[in-house]
Amino acid sequence: MAAFGARGDALSRRPVSAGLCAAALLALPGLMPGLAEAATPALGPPLAIHYLERRVERPVPLNNEDPIPDDEGARGAELGLKDSSATGRFIGLGFSLDAKVVAPGDDIRAAFRDLADRHFVVINAPAADVLALADLPEARESVLLNIGAPDTRLRDAECRKNLLHILPSRAMLADALVQFLAFKRWSRILLVTGPAPGDGLYAEALKRSAKKFGARIVAEAAYDPRGGDVRDTALREFAIPTRGAEHDVVAVADEAGAFGASLNYNSAAPRPVVGTQGLSPAAWGRPVEAWAAVQLQGRFRKLAGRAMRPVDWAGWMAVHAIGEAAVQARSAVPEAVRASLTAATFEVGGFKGRPLSFRAWDGQLRQPVFLLWPGAVTATAPIEGFLHHRTELDTLGLDEPESACRAFSGRSP
Amino acid sequence: MNRLAALALALATVLPARAEEVFVSNERDNTVSVIDGDSLEVLRIFPVGRRPRGVTFSKDGRALYVCASDSDAVQVIDPETGQVRHDLPSGEDPEQFALAPDGRTLFIANEENATTTVVDAQTRKVLAQIDVGIEPEGVAVSPDGRTAVTTSETTNMVHWIDTKGLEAVDATPVGQRPRYATFSADGTRLWVSSEIGGTVAVIDVATRKVIETIGFALKGIAADRIQPVGIQLAKDGRHAFVALGPSDRVAVVDTQTFKVESYILVGRRVWQLALNAAGTRLFTTNGVSGDVTVIDTGTGRPIRTVKVGRFPWGVAARPIPDAKVPDGRAAGAAP
Repeated sequence: MAAFGARGDALSRRPVSAGLCAAALLALPGLMPGLAEAATPALGPPLAIHYLERRVERPVPLNNEDPIPDDEGARGAELGLKDSSATGRFIGLGFSLDAKVVAPGDDIRAAFRDLADRHFVVINAPAADVLALADLPEARESVLLNIGAPDTRLRDAECRKNLLHILPSRAMLADALVQFLAFKRWSRILLVTGPAPGDGLYAEALKRSAKKFGARIVAEAAYDPRGGDVRDTALREFAIPTRGAEHDVVAVADEAGAFGASLNYNSAAPRPVVGTQGLSPAAWGRPVEAWAAVQLQGRFRKLAGRAMRPVDWAGWMAVHAIGEAAVQARSAVPEAVRASLTAATFEVGGFKGRPLSFRAWDGQLRQPVFLLWPGAVTATAPIEGFLHHRTELDTLGLDEPESACRAFSGRSP
Repeated sequence: MNRLAALALALATVLPARAEEVFVSNERDNTVSVIDGDSLEVLRIFPVGRRPRGVTFSKDGRALYVCASDSDAVQVIDPETGQVRHDLPSGEDPEQFALAPDGRTLFIANEENATTTVVDAQTRKVLAQIDVGIEPEGVAVSPDGRTAVTTSETTNMVHWIDTKGLEAVDATPVGQRPRYATFSADGTRLWVSSEIGGTVAVIDVATRKVIETIGFALKGIAADRIQPVGIQLAKDGRHAFVALGPSDRVAVVDTQTFKVESYILVGRRVWQLALNAAGTRLFTTNGVSGDVTVIDTGTGRPIRTVKVGRFPWGVAARPIPDAKVPDGRAAGAAP
């Protein structure tokens, strides 16, 4: 358990700890059985990657069969380490990953300061924690990779030079959805927003996207699921918030999944539900299988015993990007890897059918966004016809002229 | 053997001038479509194992090998009747393979478990399982039979396998998501496509170093939609044909200057390529449109689109039995 550092107590309650520990050990040379012949002698010490998570209390899921797993994100990072180690050994590069989970109310900054080698830290935490860490003097030379906070502000006025974003922002998700609606000419949106702060931000993102792509919010309703069991009342109850002006779709902003799933088929008019439930924009999801994604899904399921979720994908992607940067640099020296990862020419695959790269103006990983319902990938954004002079991927999220981020100025595009 | 099969065999032996046949695996239909090399009509369709991808032939053209990925087997099939003779042990999730010049050693990429399985097709025994990078895909054996290579799609390397010792001896990093590899006829160069990198690397086999990286550009098509997959080298060695995935084009590359000479419009999401024995026709599998484009290599023009099954993946021209022709070069089965 030594690999987990001071917060091992928080982790030991979780089934993930054993798996992560094993993964960290796997990275040590000589411990991978049967692989010795193919491996090249190590060029140097393994590159240390950290996974730092803030444990968040989550509401009870609407359907008890569908909880948010405790090891979301961590398992993705673990698979990323396995993949990177399998690659690195052919050219003598090693990687290690240790994971630390900070309990609610505990000091995440102290946990960060306790890290032995802080060059690469994958962070799965709310936006406030992400900013607190990025602003630590001890993090000045670090590369922090955000896999848990979709907040657009972290890619906007509150961006940080030492902070890269693997998870798409809410702006990217909303743009992906509204591109789809615009393509279908379903441009009249009735918006139902839940009470959580994230719901408000999601709704804001939808409004901004509607403006951007020529859709209209024709009616808005707030819905608070607290104080009743929506599973019993949905048939009658949702007719009220969805009885608005003539609309093509009902958009729902319910990030925690407190009611949105029950809104499907329960709206006043026969209209599809889109947004956080129904047809949902996401970085990843169970129906994704094109572009060899089925291989990644299979590897993850084998490792974690469950389907890969967006934050898991981001965790995998973060460690995979670091590993790929090291391979491209042919080095596990942190400074060399950072230079490779943040170079304007850096590109990496992510099972999304296109090369992925970081936006020079805000550190966001540009990437396709899937439009999913549980049964299928309905479409993949950018939707054809939405053009951009640089890459169509930059039609999703804050583009360079829109972004208030200045931390990266001076970095070549 | 049933009567139909016997009849087919009888016909095969009676007909004086055997037409050439091109076999296409349909990944989503679990079938193989057989196209007449002259009339370009579909002659027959037969069921195979689940998720068929790479296809190739024995040297004499009398056995069809199919990577049935989800059946975890390489099937050995009678190309006349479509009957499965037997399965070869292939390791998990075989995707592509290559038959060594000895005509019996198969090198099989096991996409799911990061190994290359080496099988003796005669004794049906596994000779070795060699650890390679993650998601091995492209496989090729050098013309002298001494070296095999496997490309790994997530590790992004070419793994060099010594065919005597049956172990991986070296690795060469290439562009993102290497999918296909093929040796030049003289064995001095290895061509490797990188789907996400958008490039083709030409590697000097002696030094195992990339000597040229070929890029592609098409007006009106975003660079990240140009995704090289299958490669075929023309029989005269002067050109390379490169399938460019969702850009729906095949590039024609000069093998001396490495310049792209032209782009040929084919069906949607072109994956793999195969030449007929004479090298006069190029067959492309177009995964999304579910068809095969036939290109006249002399004029560089498509001459026919042939409807096949869903997600046509691998393609191989069948060597004409008992005829003295070059070995069957095929997609998913480099020489």
